[in-house]
Amino acid sequence: MIARWGRRLRIPRGEGAGPWLAAGCVSLSLLMVVALLVLLAGRGLVYFWPTEIELVTLDDGQHFAGHAIRDEPPPRGQLGVSQRLYHTGNRDLHGEVWRWVDIERIASQARPADLVVVERNRWGDFIGRVAGLQEQGRDLALSEAERWPTVRQRLERVVRLREESDALREQVVEPLAKRLAEGRWRDSNDRESLAAELEAANARVLAVQDAMSRDALVLESVNGRRVVQPLQGVYRILRPNAMSGFDKFMAWGRDVWRFLSEGPRAANAAGGVWPAIFGTMLMVMLMSVAVTPFGVLAAVYLNEIAPQGRLTRLVRIGVRNLAGVPSIVYGVFGLGVFVYGIGGTLDEWFFHDRLPSPTFGTGGLLWASLTLALLTLPVVIVATEEGLARIPDAQREGALALGATRAETLRRVVLPMAVPAMLTGVILAIARAAGEVAPLMLVGVAKLAPQVPVDGEFPFLHLERKFMHLGYHILDVGFYSGDIEAAMPLVYATALLLVLVILVLNLTAIFLRHHVKARHGALQR
Amino acid sequence: MPVFDSVTDPASPASAVSTAAVIEIPASASCFEIEGLSLAYGDTPALENLTLRVPRQRVTAFIGPSGCGKTTLLRALNRLHDLNDEVRRQGHIHLEGQEIHAPEVEVAELRRRVGMVFQTPNPFPMSIYENVAFGLRLQAPLKKRQRDEMIEWALRSAALWDEVKDRLHDSAWSLSGGQQQRLVIARTLAVEPEVLLLDEPASALDPISTLKIEELIRSLKSRLTLILVTHNMQQAARVSDYTAFLHAGELVEYAATDALFTNPRLAQTENYITGRMV
Repeated sequence: MIARWGRRLRIPRGEGAGPWLAAGCVSLSLLMVVALLVLLAGRGLVYFWPTEIELVTLDDGQHFAGHAIRDEPPPRGQLGVSQRLYHTGNRDLHGEVWRWVDIERIASQARPADLVVVERNRWGDFIGRVAGLQEQGRDLALSEAERWPTVRQRLERVVRLREESDALREQVVEPLAKRLAEGRWRDSNDRESLAAELEAANARVLAVQDAMSRDALVLESVNGRRVVQPLQGVYRILRPNAMSGFDKFMAWGRDVWRFLSEGPRAANAAGGVWPAIFGTMLMVMLMSVAVTPFGVLAAVYLNEIAPQGRLTRLVRIGVRNLAGVPSIVYGVFGLGVFVYGIGGTLDEWFFHDRLPSPTFGTGGLLWASLTLALLTLPVVIVATEEGLARIPDAQREGALALGATRAETLRRVVLPMAVPAMLTGVILAIARAAGEVAPLMLVGVAKLAPQVPVDGEFPFLHLERKFMHLGYHILDVGFYSGDIEAAMPLVYATALLLVLVILVLNLTAIFLRHHVKARHGALQR
Repeated sequence: MPVFDSVTDPASPASAVSTAAVIEIPASASCFEIEGLSLAYGDTPALENLTLRVPRQRVTAFIGPSGCGKTTLLRALNRLHDLNDEVRRQGHIHLEGQEIHAPEVEVAELRRRVGMVFQTPNPFPMSIYENVAFGLRLQAPLKKRQRDEMIEWALRSAALWDEVKDRLHDSAWSLSGGQQQRLVIARTLAVEPEVLLLDEPASALDPISTLKIEELIRSLKSRLTLILVTHNMQQAARVSDYTAFLHAGELVEYAATDALFTNPRLAQTENYITGRMV
């Protein structure tokens, strides 16, 4: 049996344990990578699945409704009973969203189809029933059958109105207010007409918001306590017990999309991570743009131009050792040199009128990218140097023998051949930089920066802004949010996303390298 | 065909190297004049007090055992040793009467005039066309039609045109070894050198490709001076007009090829060409 496996794995018999040991190590590494991804994907993606709501009746006749999260056996060696954790929501009613219940005390469980989960802007989720609908404070007379379709229809109206009001505010009100505040008008007539325009736009926003606040839901918990919830503050209503598998899948897809495309809410404990994805990507791209020319030029100097003496060897060893400096040290360096040193000076020269509030003299996208560029510089230098060293001298001599100068040889023969090696360096740099969090905390990452650093306002790319980062987001959600049970799945989901983002960035660079290699023929033979 | 046959008497006290048998080539017919050339890598001497003249528009072969300094001598002729900081040189090399180490000589221009083909084919990782155009692009810009004509001429001169005319834009690395070596020769010819240095150009090739390269060398003699380093005695006998035998950094015998192979003056030469010397 084993012999047959051995043949299939191309491990020859009679070579002892060596090949098996090596193959075992490979399998173990692969297994760990797969386990990591499965864990992240499982815990992270399941979070968005609309789980069914259980209506639990305890042995003393008490009711409550919630999602069953997990069971926990009694502590080892102690007497006790297994407990089950429920997510019950309704923080406004009982001040607590989690409930541990002794499993033995559960008398019965049911899954009535009319239970709803309402995602709200305040107090978290509501779990219970929809008891009615109000329009301008008056109850609407609705039959049981009409109630649910009407609720969905009214909710869609609110979503439309919310989009309209957001668009109005972003595209009309804010530019006008900014123009007025900065004094950009031609004459006093112009100014007055601008002010009037702004007033009219504000009035329109108010009107839309007024329309949004028309309807309210009457919600009733399973204990019979009622809450009036304005529809304005509702993001989503689901009836998971009444949904088919396909409906659930669609709801899951919509939630994943919202997680990817929206900004965070409730102090990062809910909502999406779009600003963090964008910030991570942008920061890594800026870093690559900064590190590549420096690293390549340094490697070219070390390998092609500098005399190969003791000093060059020393510098080379130094560069290699820089790669081992802990990243937080680079963060401290970035804070001292980039933020306070260069940033402070820039502020004094160009942004004097805004002082004492700093523009560049505080952490921001630019300084974070440069700090990470410094951190990854040795990686790029080493990879490029190795690529240059692999180019046969025959190629250089061939060019020289045709009458090329050393500079022409470098530019026309050596550098094009070293491009794949440079891209390898950039790939390694991206892999190192995208996962780095510690130095960023010193030089510009923010807990909450819902405005992404790119927008329609001149100069479009705002290098001085603080930005969000997936790595820091994991730390923030995991350690600084009040509700650890709610944060955990978000941590897994964000971690999975970080891995995916790094994968995408790396694949882009690898694709580029492959493309370059194909263009230059079989370069590295 | 050899045209000069006056040979210094090995016993003559007037000879620069008392033990060597060196043919005298008149200065007017020589392309390179090498005078008292010594060269060392750090403390290791590679060439010692070499004096010889290389005739114009002839094929001159350098032969000798490995490590005798023949490749070192070849590379000295287009100053490829400049790249190595460790190399120390004494003596003079004149190309058409001009000292090649003189400060007013531009080394890039010198290397254009003195082209070189290496042991292993080293085409650049570009298309066939771009390989031949490489040297041209370094010179004054040409119109595309003129450049195309030059490239066709160079490829025809290297007897490669018929094999590659339909695939000029394929990668040069898709050619066979022999084709690659002829491409490298074409690339060198395109910049119209006066001298072509060939460092064992056929040692990495099969017999058919070797034959083609040898034919090529013979056909180029009418317009260029060729200097060939080879380990292959038959090759030297087949293609060269003059042959210099080097040993341990010194010139032992330099004569018309026919004379050297049929009637060597020194026992050392005879031993080597008949394969008796280790």
